[in-house]
Amino acid sequence: MNNALIFIAFAFFASLVSFLLDRQKTISGFKKGLKMFYNILIPFLDILIIVSLALFFVPPQLIVKYLGSDSGAVGFIIAAIVGSITLIPGFISYPIASSLLKQGASYATVAVFITTLMMVGVVTLPLEIKYFGAKVAVLRNLLNLVTAIIIGLLIGAIL
Amino acid sequence: MTKVTFQNFKPYIWLLSFAIFTLGSFCFGFDPGKTIYNSFTVSIIEMISFIPFLFIIVGLFDVWFPKEKIERHIGRESGLKGIFLVIILAMLQAGPLYGAFPVAYILYKKGASIRNIFIYLGAFSSLKIPMLGIEIGYLGLKFTLVRTMVSLPLFIALGYFMEWYLKDKNFKVNQIHETC
Repeated sequence: MNNALIFIAFAFFASLVSFLLDRQKTISGFKKGLKMFYNILIPFLDILIIVSLALFFVPPQLIVKYLGSDSGAVGFIIAAIVGSITLIPGFISYPIASSLLKQGASYATVAVFITTLMMVGVVTLPLEIKYFGAKVAVLRNLLNLVTAIIIGLLIGAIL
Repeated sequence: MTKVTFQNFKPYIWLLSFAIFTLGSFCFGFDPGKTIYNSFTVSIIEMISFIPFLFIIVGLFDVWFPKEKIERHIGRESGLKGIFLVIILAMLQAGPLYGAFPVAYILYKKGASIRNIFIYLGAFSSLKIPMLGIEIGYLGLKFTLVRTMVSLPLFIALGYFMEWYLKDKNFKVNQIHETC
C-alpha cells in the first residue's frame, strides 16, 4: 500500500506540473495513459482470476518445496525453463511473481523467472530469425539465457 | 446494429465465467468459491491502487518525451552518448520483445552500431518505464533497483560481445513485411 501512495503522489505532482506548462498536452497524455490502461485491463483481470484460482488449488507448501530457497537448483531451473518458453506479457508476470514471493518462493527463482520471460523468447524465435538470421537470433537467446541465470543468482545473493 | 456473437464475448469469457461462479458460490454457500473471490478482491484492490496512476504517469511521459523525437536523433553516435541514447529510447517503449525487432531494423538502417542495437534489445527487454512501474508496484522499489543495477552492466557487456563476435561476419538486420 505504501507503493500505491508513491504512485498517486507522483502522478498528482506530474499532472500538476504538466497542466501548468501545457493544458492540451496534459489532456492528450491522460488520454494516452488511460487508453493503455484500458488495453491491458481485461487481460490483467483475467490473470488476477487465474492467480486467485491457483492460490486456492496450489498449496503454499508445494511452492516453498519446489521454488523456495531450499529447493536448490531444481526450482531455479524450472523457473528458467518456464520463463524462457512461455510468452507471458511483462505486466502480467509481475502479479504472478509477487504471489510466488508471498507464497515462499525465493528471490533468485522469481528473478530468473522474470528475467528469462523478458530476455529469452523461444516462441518468438522464428520471428527473430527473420530479422537477424538464425545464427544471431539463437546466439542472442542463448547468451540472454546465461545472462538471465547470472542475474537471478546475483539478485538471490544480494536480497 | 451490431450482432451479438461469441466473438464479441470472447475477451470477457474469463470474467463472465468467474462472475457466474462467484455469484453461484455465494448463493449456494460454496466456501472454496468465496475464498477464491476474497483473494481476487485483495489482488484487484492492490492493482487498482496504483496501475491507473502509473498509466497517467506513462501517458504524460509519452507526450513530453516523445520517442519519435529521440529516434530521429539517433544514429551513428558512438561511445557513451550512443549507449545512453539507445537505452533512453528503449525505456520509452512499451510492449513485448518482438515489438523491438522492427525498431532494431530502423536503428540498423540509420547506422547504429551492432553494439548499440543489442544494447537496445537488452534495455527494451528489461528497462521499459511502464514495466519498471509495475515492477515497483508489485515487487517493491528495492527489488526493482537491484534487478536494474545488476542487469544494466550485463547487457551492455553483451552488446560489446556481440559487436566483437559479429564484426567481420557481415551482420545485417532484415526488414520484414507484415503479410498476415
